[in-house]
Amino acid sequence: MLLISSIISGLGLGSMYGLIALGFHVTWVVSSTVNFAQGSAMMLGAVLGYTFAVKYGWPLLPAVAMALALCALFGLVIERMLVRPFVDRGSGAWLMATVAGGIVLDNAVLFTFGKEPRSFPSVLATKPIEIFGAGVYPLQLVIPVVGLGIAVLLHVALRKTRRGKALLAVVQNPDAARLMGIDVRRTVAAAFMLSTALAGLAGLLIAPLFSVSSEMGTLFGIKAFAVAILGGIGSAWGVMLAGLIYGLTEALVTAYLGSTYTQIVVFSVVILALALMPNGLLGHAAVSKV
Amino acid sequence: MARNLSARPTRRLALAGATALLAGALAWPAQAQETVKLGLVAAMSGQSAKSGEAIVRGLALAIDEMNAKGGLLGKKVELVVRDDESNPAKGVVAARELVQREKVAAFFGGLDTPVSIAIVPFANQSKVPFVGVWAAGTPITKNGAADNYVFRVSAVDELVDVALVDYAVKKYGAKKPGMILINNPWGESNEKGLKDALAAKGIPFAGVEKFETNDVDVVPQLTRLKQAGADVLFLVANVAPSAQVVKSLDRMGWPVPIVSHWGPAGGRFGELAGASADKVHFIQTFSFSGNPSPKAAAALAALKAKYPEIKSLADVTPAVGIANAYDAAHLVGLAIAKAGSTDGTKVRDALYAIDSYDGLIKTYKTPFSKENHDALASSDYIFTYFKGDEILPLGN
Repeated sequence: MLLISSIISGLGLGSMYGLIALGFHVTWVVSSTVNFAQGSAMMLGAVLGYTFAVKYGWPLLPAVAMALALCALFGLVIERMLVRPFVDRGSGAWLMATVAGGIVLDNAVLFTFGKEPRSFPSVLATKPIEIFGAGVYPLQLVIPVVGLGIAVLLHVALRKTRRGKALLAVVQNPDAARLMGIDVRRTVAAAFMLSTALAGLAGLLIAPLFSVSSEMGTLFGIKAFAVAILGGIGSAWGVMLAGLIYGLTEALVTAYLGSTYTQIVVFSVVILALALMPNGLLGHAAVSKV
Repeated sequence: MARNLSARPTRRLALAGATALLAGALAWPAQAQETVKLGLVAAMSGQSAKSGEAIVRGLALAIDEMNAKGGLLGKKVELVVRDDESNPAKGVVAARELVQREKVAAFFGGLDTPVSIAIVPFANQSKVPFVGVWAAGTPITKNGAADNYVFRVSAVDELVDVALVDYAVKKYGAKKPGMILINNPWGESNEKGLKDALAAKGIPFAGVEKFETNDVDVVPQLTRLKQAGADVLFLVANVAPSAQVVKSLDRMGWPVPIVSHWGPAGGRFGELAGASADKVHFIQTFSFSGNPSPKAAAALAALKAKYPEIKSLADVTPAVGIANAYDAAHLVGLAIAKAGSTDGTKVRDALYAIDSYDGLIKTYKTPFSKENHDALASSDYIFTYFKGDEILPLGN
C-alpha cells in the first residue's frame, strides 16, 4: 500500500516537474535561453485559475482557457522585455533579468491576491478511489496522462506541422531560416509563450491537491530546472522521463527514509547522474561550429 | 587647493548634522514626557501580518480604556508600533529604537518565537519589561537570565504539549499516539515537549514523522505512522501544511483523531482542509464564540465599534492575539500605576506585586512572580475546532 501510493503520487508530481521542465526545453532549443520565472508562471496559472473559477465563479473551461492565455502573455512579456533586449546586445544578463521578473511577479501577486493561502477545489479531488488498497484522487491519475499527452503532442506538432518545422529550422540555423522567410523573432516569442502556458497548466493541475499562494511556484521552478538539466535540456523525451524519475525518487525516498532526507538524497542523485552523464539522460553534447 | 575645496562642504555638512542632532536631543525628552509610551514589535507585513493586526487591536482597545479613565501617571498612554517582518535582526533593531529613542515604559512582542528570542537579551540588558503576547517558545520567558525582564501572557510550548497529551488520553483514550510535525525549530521544540509529556505519563509513542511546508503529499509519512499502530495523531504545523495533513488522511481513508497545537488558527483552515477540518481539535487561550463572560461580549462590541471592518466572529479569528494583548496591556498598565513611575526595574517589580486583575481570559491571581513569568497556565487552555470560518470551543 505504501509502495503503490508512493508510485502514484511520485508519477503525478513527476509529470508536474516534467511539464514545467518542457517549458525550459522549448525555449532552449529555439533560442538557447530559458525563462527562470517558470515557477512564477506556474503560480500565475493557479492564482488566475482560482480568481476566475472560484472568486468570479466562471465555468471551469473558460476560466482555464483565460488563465492559460494570460500565462502565455506573461511569457511574451518576459521574452520582449527581459530576454530579447539582452540577447540582442550579446549579453547574458537575461539570466538575472528573468529571475528578477519572477520575483517581481511573486510580490505583485502577494499584494493583489493576498497573503493567505486559498483552496481551489475540484470535483476530481474530493472523493478518493481505491487502487490496490491505496486511496487516490482521480486528478492524480489525470496529471500523468496530461503530462505524457502533451509531450507526445509537442513531438508530433514539431515534426508534422509547418510551424513546427519552422521552429526546428530556427533551431538548426537561425540565419538560414531567416533567409528562407521564417520569422525567427516571432518563433522565439511563440516558444516563450508556449513555455509559460505549460507551466501555468502544471499550476492549474496541482492547485486542487495543494493550496494556492504567491510562493507556491518557487520550489517547483527550481526542481523543474534540475529535471530539465537531468533529462538533457535539448530532448523533450529526456526531460519528461527525468521528471518522472525525479518525482518517483522523491516519493520513494520520503516513504522509506523519511522526508528529512528527501532533498539531500534527490539532489545528490541529480549531481551523481550528471557526473556520469554530463549531457543528461537523453541529451547530446553540443557541437559548436565555427 | 583641491583639498580645501573638498573640505569645505564636509565641514558644512558636519555642522548641519551636529545642529540636527542637537535639535533632536532637545526635542525628544520634551516629547517623551507628554505621554506614557508602550511599544510593540510584531509582524505587520508578510505572511503573519494578520497576527500583528490582531495584537494591535487588542492593545489599542485596552489603551483606549486606560485613557478614558485618565491614562497612567496623569498622562495619556500612547502605542508605538514597529514592524519586524518576522525577521529576528529587524526585530532587535526595532526593539532598540523603541527603548532608546521612543523611551517606551514597556513593550510587547509578536507571533514569531525566533524574533522574540532574539530580543530577549536586549530587553534584559536595557532593563525594560518585554511582554510576549503570542509566541509560545518555552525559552522566551525561561531564558536563564539572572535579572529577567521578559514576561508572557500566552501559551507556552512545554505546557501546551502537556495539555495535548492530557486531552488525547482523556478524550480518546490514547495508548500509542504518533507525531506529525513540521520540519523546523518549532516542530523540534514540540517533539521534545511531547516526548517528555508522554514519558511523564508512561505512554509509548508510535513514531515521529516530519514534513515540509511545501509538501503536496503527506501520505507516505502518515502511512508509516498508521503501520506503527498510532491511535491518535499530534499535529504541529502552520495552517497550510496542517491542511495538507488533513487532505492526505482523507485520501487514505484513515479516520484517526487529530490533536493539534494552534497552527490551524492562523488562517482559513476550514477552507483549506475541506470537509474534514472539524476533525482537528486544537488549542487556544481564548475564544469569543460560545464565551458566556460579559467581559468578552463587551470587548467584542467595543472592537466592532472601533473597527467597522469587523462584522462577524470570523473577522476576529484567531481571537488569541486580541485577548492576550488586551490582558497584557492592562497588566502592564496596572504595574505602571502601582510603580508610580516608568522606570523599567520599578515596573518589573510592580508586575510581581499585582495581586488580582479581572481580565478577558480569566481573573488573574498573582499572575507573575520571580519564579513564574508566564501569566497563563495549562488550565487556562481551551480546545477548539473550525466550523466554516469560525473557531468554536469544544466542551472539555
